[in-house]
Amino acid sequence: MQITSPDFKQNARIALQDVGLQKALGNVKTGFPHKRATAMARLPEFDQLRDEARDLKNHIIENLDIYLEAFESKVLENGGHVHWCRTSEDARKTILKICQEKNARTVTKGKSMVTEEINLNEYLEANGVTPVETDLGEYILQLRGEHPSHIIAPAIHLNLEDVSETFHANHHKPKSMDPAVLMQEAREELRNKFVAADVGITGANFLVAETGSSIIVTNEGNGDLTQILPKTHIVVTSIEKVVPTLEDMTLFLRLLARSATGQEFTVYNTLSTGPRREGDQDGPEEYHVVLVDNGRSEMIASELREMLRCIRCAACMNHCPVYGAVGGHSYGWVYPGPMGSVLTPQMIGIEKGALLPNASTFCGKCESVCPVRIPLPKLMRYWRRNEFEKHLTPKAARWGIGVWGFFAKRPALYRQLSSFSNLALRTLAGKKARINKLPLASGWTDGRDMPAPSDKTFMQLWSEKQKNGASS
Amino acid sequence: MSKAEILGQIRRGLGRTEPSAADRDAVASRIAAHKANLIPARAQIPEKECQQLFIDMAREAAADVIELNSLKALPSAIAEWLDQYSITDLVAAVDAPLPELCKKLPETIHIRTGVAQAGDLASLTTAFLGIAETGTLMLYSRPDSPTTLNFLPDNHLVVLNRSDIVGVYEEAWAKVRELNQGKMPRTVNMITGPSRSADIEQKLQMGAHGPRRLAIFLID
Amino acid sequence: MNTNKNQPVVGLFITCLADLYRPEVGFATIKLLEQSGCRVEVPSQQTCCGQPAFNTGDYSTSADIARQTIAAFDGFEYVVAPSGSCIGMLHHYPELFEDNDPWKARAEDLKKRAFEITSFLVDVLKIDDFKVDATAPTFNGSVTYHDSCSGLRELGIKAQPRQLLAQVDGVELKEMEESETCCGFGGTFCVKYPDISNRMVGNKTQNIVDAGAKTLLGGDLGCLLNMAGKLQREGHAVEVRHVVEILAGMTDQPALGEAQSSVKAG
Repeated sequence: MQITSPDFKQNARIALQDVGLQKALGNVKTGFPHKRATAMARLPEFDQLRDEARDLKNHIIENLDIYLEAFESKVLENGGHVHWCRTSEDARKTILKICQEKNARTVTKGKSMVTEEINLNEYLEANGVTPVETDLGEYILQLRGEHPSHIIAPAIHLNLEDVSETFHANHHKPKSMDPAVLMQEAREELRNKFVAADVGITGANFLVAETGSSIIVTNEGNGDLTQILPKTHIVVTSIEKVVPTLEDMTLFLRLLARSATGQEFTVYNTLSTGPRREGDQDGPEEYHVVLVDNGRSEMIASELREMLRCIRCAACMNHCPVYGAVGGHSYGWVYPGPMGSVLTPQMIGIEKGALLPNASTFCGKCESVCPVRIPLPKLMRYWRRNEFEKHLTPKAARWGIGVWGFFAKRPALYRQLSSFSNLALRTLAGKKARINKLPLASGWTDGRDMPAPSDKTFMQLWSEKQKNGASS
Repeated sequence: MSKAEILGQIRRGLGRTEPSAADRDAVASRIAAHKANLIPARAQIPEKECQQLFIDMAREAAADVIELNSLKALPSAIAEWLDQYSITDLVAAVDAPLPELCKKLPETIHIRTGVAQAGDLASLTTAFLGIAETGTLMLYSRPDSPTTLNFLPDNHLVVLNRSDIVGVYEEAWAKVRELNQGKMPRTVNMITGPSRSADIEQKLQMGAHGPRRLAIFLID
Repeated sequence: MNTNKNQPVVGLFITCLADLYRPEVGFATIKLLEQSGCRVEVPSQQTCCGQPAFNTGDYSTSADIARQTIAAFDGFEYVVAPSGSCIGMLHHYPELFEDNDPWKARAEDLKKRAFEITSFLVDVLKIDDFKVDATAPTFNGSVTYHDSCSGLRELGIKAQPRQLLAQVDGVELKEMEESETCCGFGGTFCVKYPDISNRMVGNKTQNIVDAGAKTLLGGDLGCLLNMAGKLQREGHAVEVRHVVEILAGMTDQPALGEAQSSVKAG
């Protein structure tokens, strides 16, 4: 997919003017945060579980090499295959090779952000294998030639009218504005594709080292049909998804649905362990796990290590006022919102991704809802520092901080400057107590007034008061 | 070698070359112990309350729960349930007590066994366990209970013994480990209500790709 | 001014915005501290907390400013500011120094002593019979309170200002929807991403106006200037004040962005 992260500001400006998008984004704000809060209130141990989940993830990362090897040996023991892929390209080639060995023509896909990350669909298509997205949201987007704008609600940027038109154009059925009818159409269209597919590709929410199992968590059941009907099941996942035991997986499952959709539990939590067994009448004959690194192992050495705790619940974007204003596509790559602002620079380079970690007020809402307590603002600040130290910070900003820093480090000069700037701003304000057009800060005054400062600074008044020996 | 590169990079990040024997042992024993993490108090309650919690949570998740006094009442209950949706075809698993049960269903209901096909209207399976904390069913794959039965048909009918209701997931894992000499079944399904999606404008619709209805026949 | 040995000695960290925009906020803070039995000094070697540099990723400048602030407030039992954001920044200082740097320990020490004013009154001084100065003009009317992000989420300030306001006669609190949602100020954010910031503050002013209160209060001048500017541009009559102005009974001054204020010292 084309990277437009360097155009974030432009993307955002367009998004803010997009009436349809703004209407659709209203569904994020009114839905997810409220549902999460309700689910949390019903589970008094929720915050304790978050602490345990954070600690457990830290333990896993500290032993990630050992857990991955343990997982691999269990998969092999169960008759499955494990493919280690350092880069997106390795992963794409590996997956294509498996498909080609099976003479696969069509591949059904469960929802998987890792396959978005490695740009799998376009690659398969270019090589003669047709991928069919089966998650309802992903299916809608595939018909429209779009990418997800949210990691768990991929089509959240669309309105009913959009889906209605897309289905009408593709399904050749009377146009309907009833979501139930539209979903029924998708169900019927996809039913035969599930059965006809040669290979099924899913992601994994977790990998269990104890048993060599992968687990997928879905509400629709599409992931299950994707993995039990074709002869080959490929799990495309990333290295940080491994957990030690079923009990450890359970800790995360108790947090995942509640943090994501606010459900008590997702409808289908399915563990897959190897290919079909002797006597089984269904299930895949081959089971492959493609383990994608794509920059993750490099994060361990830096502050970004904490980001590897992420369980992809989307609570951070559901609660982010910036995401809520501009939507996921503005971020210009696969992962939007706060978690995306941390991950994207790692995966596409800080040169292209720098605007994302800057697009935060550091309000801290994301960190406050994260089920594994990732300090997202701190990690965005890590990138700003990285950007600054690599001299990638825009010149004007760097110059501004330089000049400001010069004065801030010299208290006496700073006093003179602040008195002077008060005078200047006061003059601009005139008799009114506010300024409605300010040179160099037109971004502010385009949309709001700037209250004028006081005649004298506090420090001036305070020193006058001290000189007069006045005391209250 | 991608594997060596990835593991090498992880180890550089962790500041080690190879994990020590002690590190490996610590991980191995942690896995072997499979200790529980914090278990919420919600479902750590007496048996009767636990069963009621299962029923309440399953209903909250939009499952249909039909409580029956005995297995004897099951054939007519199933027939009645199918009748309300005018369904006359059923594809069934063959583990006990289903074959005996199917014999007692009215002749108007056509029964098939084996895997499910696209277009099947209803399936009948047993559930291994019910988990009270979220009203979740646990099923697992084996020759006499193919997994397609749990997903392809429009309606999924499940027989669950009241005595097979446990409180929390951890109790379920302990029971899973007792199967097949500790070897994990190929597929373990945890199912909480029927299929759904809110992908269109966040408005919840039932019956996305899996069963539109989930009926749990709970036997005393 | 009373002096006695048990009197807590507080260094006032005035903050750039109170210094420039709203000296009244500084004087109100001093008044609240003094009436609670503290002795207040204002070290002259203070400037800014360094947050603009920190959030731009300029750790070297941030560390220079941190050292200067730490030195300026050496010896004070407490450091108090009318801002959760700036105190939040002081709490970040330890992150700027390596473990073996002696400044790290000094930064940790400052962090333990640094408090936002409402939190200081409630959590440290544990004032439970808070009274507004009886000689001050009384404030009558409804208020709504914006929870500024840094104070709320970095310092846990939520109940404290409300607890104090509840003891002010004539104040009726009308909570707005989403009082904990960011107003879009974000320091340099509002300059770097003005369009997004403007949308966020627009959402905020909608909630403020819907609350139907006469006055908007908050604990951080950055957010208050942002919201005041938007309310005024949109033509709403809601007046905007820092919470200490109400608590100290200093409401004879015009509200933020209202007609010319003439500040009298003390």
